Amino acid sequence: MTMQAPPGGELPRWLDDFENVRKIYRGLWIVCLVALFGGQGLLVWAQHRVTDAHAAHHSFGFEHWPGFYALFGFIACVALVLAAKELRKLIMRSEDYYGD
Amino acid sequence: MGIEQLPPGWSLIFGAALVPLLPGRLKQLWMLFVPAAGLAQLVFLVPDGTGMVASIFGYDLTIVRVDPLARLWGTIFYIAAFLAALYSLQLDDDVQQVSALLYAGSAIGAVFAGDWISLFVYWELTAITSVFLVWASRTEASYRSGVRYLIVQVGSGVLLLAGVVLHVHDTGSLEFDDLGGVKNLSTVLIFLAMGIKAAFPLLHNWLQDAYSEATVTGTVWLSTFTTKLAIYALARSFPGESLLIPIGVTMTAFPIFFAVIENDLRRVLAYSLNNQLGFMVVGIGIGTAASINGAACHAFAHILYKSLLFMSMGAVLFRTGTCKGSELGGLYKSMPWTCAFCIVGAASISAFPLTSGFISKSIILAEASNAGLALTFLVLLFASAGVFHHSGIKIPYFAFFAHDSKIRVQEAPLNMLIAMGIAAALCIGIGVFPGALYALLPNQPEHFVPYTVPHVVTQLQLLLWSALAFGVLNWYRIYPPELRSTNLDFDWVYRVWGPAVAGACGRVIHGLQAAALTAARVRIVGTIERVHRYHGPHGALARTSPTGSMALWVAILLSAVLVLYFI
Repeated sequence: MTMQAPPGGELPRWLDDFENVRKIYRGLWIVCLVALFGGQGLLVWAQHRVTDAHAAHHSFGFEHWPGFYALFGFIACVALVLAAKELRKLIMRSEDYYGD
Repeated sequence: MGIEQLPPGWSLIFGAALVPLLPGRLKQLWMLFVPAAGLAQLVFLVPDGTGMVASIFGYDLTIVRVDPLARLWGTIFYIAAFLAALYSLQLDDDVQQVSALLYAGSAIGAVFAGDWISLFVYWELTAITSVFLVWASRTEASYRSGVRYLIVQVGSGVLLLAGVVLHVHDTGSLEFDDLGGVKNLSTVLIFLAMGIKAAFPLLHNWLQDAYSEATVTGTVWLSTFTTKLAIYALARSFPGESLLIPIGVTMTAFPIFFAVIENDLRRVLAYSLNNQLGFMVVGIGIGTAASINGAACHAFAHILYKSLLFMSMGAVLFRTGTCKGSELGGLYKSMPWTCAFCIVGAASISAFPLTSGFISKSIILAEASNAGLALTFLVLLFASAGVFHHSGIKIPYFAFFAHDSKIRVQEAPLNMLIAMGIAAALCIGIGVFPGALYALLPNQPEHFVPYTVPHVVTQLQLLLWSALAFGVLNWYRIYPPELRSTNLDFDWVYRVWGPAVAGACGRVIHGLQAAALTAARVRIVGTIERVHRYHGPHGALARTSPTGSMALWVAILLSAVLVLYFI
């Protein structure tokens, strides 16, 4: 994420500027918040005009908790990464562990 | 015999025989023509129903059976073979080209096999032909990996044969069809044979092992056929087997932990391949007409985006000589097209709306929901977020972005770019127009509507917030960096523990043998000494006595008798 000095003669790219990386990070937050709140609005709106196609589709109670999918995705990924970091302590060995 | 009667797949097998004889440019054209012609034959000429029948040793073999399930699999296998051939066009290695065509041909042949014996023959052929794609890397590591791969694959075939022999003995039926569940020894053996090739948990490591050691182009071929042939065989013989649900759920979940910390990006893809197979296995396990459709649809979509992802990582390996996340980064500057195609594949495997993964995976999730399997549904959701995390973000991020590795290379060769471009176009095309693929599914009519407001919104929420999790963890440097390392997995059991146990057993047996020999020697020597003591030259029992002493003893005894008589 730090700015790289480009190899000889190469023009710096937009992403090389750390400020732009910061913009992307902030943009991601904005997109996610829009998806969460705007999405919930859309879901409420859609409930009033249920079509046959998904009226037939079963759904669990928890799916209707506000923001369930967003929160689930976020927590699942954080938990996944933290668990995987712990897993590394257990199973990580040197690159030539198997000797071939 | 007309061309329409040639069993599907045989065109590739016969075509492979010509490859070594053709000169450069003609060989390239031939490699493209053979799968394309095979696809045309299947689509336009081969009718549904039973084709070629043969009788061997009194067994009636159905070499060709065409129905919608087989047709769907055959179609995608031919498309994948064509794309892989296009991707490997710059290759000048007869070993790889011949074995790739034979391998694809036998996998397609297996899909159209109507009896267990033909299936077994093709099953073993896919094992034997594909190992050359691993060995063709021509390194010590790939040689060893290939040997392990071959042992596992041939082992699967042996189990299949044993199960088939018992099954035919029990039922008298040779037809490769629904076995009605895992219920006796024969079905257990067949189930295990398919489970090995489908990379069930604990039977899975051959996949990560071999696919990261095979050649650049070899892995693209490998990623399509073996595992999806197993999925096809499971869909054919064990639909609705409830065991498949927990097995599939486990398959979707556990590989993603390994994928997050794995450094070799082709190995990461092998783990996510394993995870995607889990979704199909769950679909088969649920066993409704719609869920079987979901599994078939997902297999079709998956073959395209998985090939695409392996092609993009193959191109990186081809140009930079490495596929390790710790060595790569910033490649978007020199390989922009490869990067763009990789992102399309990554979006598809993550099931973003308007990509193929979205319209296929949702059928399986919807069916898990319809069946009321709440835990299964939640784990599949977790696995969906997880696969986006490691395949959707990690792969493109560490290869093409992250920190600039300062590696500057040429863009991938044109044929590779075209192959990736077609695969990417198909991923998006299927995502935008799912009806075309739905019409090919085995159980018609397929009414699933992927694009509803709740479905699109919830899927976007899930994926975007998963992306945010990556962003936050990366921003605060909590995300584990890519490290040069080997991560132990279940293969440790047979690569380290197995040999160690075998060695220890050997030492114990050797020790016991030595102890037994020593003990025996002591006994034998003791016996000899005892015999020697009594019977040897000076032994009491070996002493010779004169005849006179015997006469004397007789006289003494007789006089004793005489004396006793008078008393």
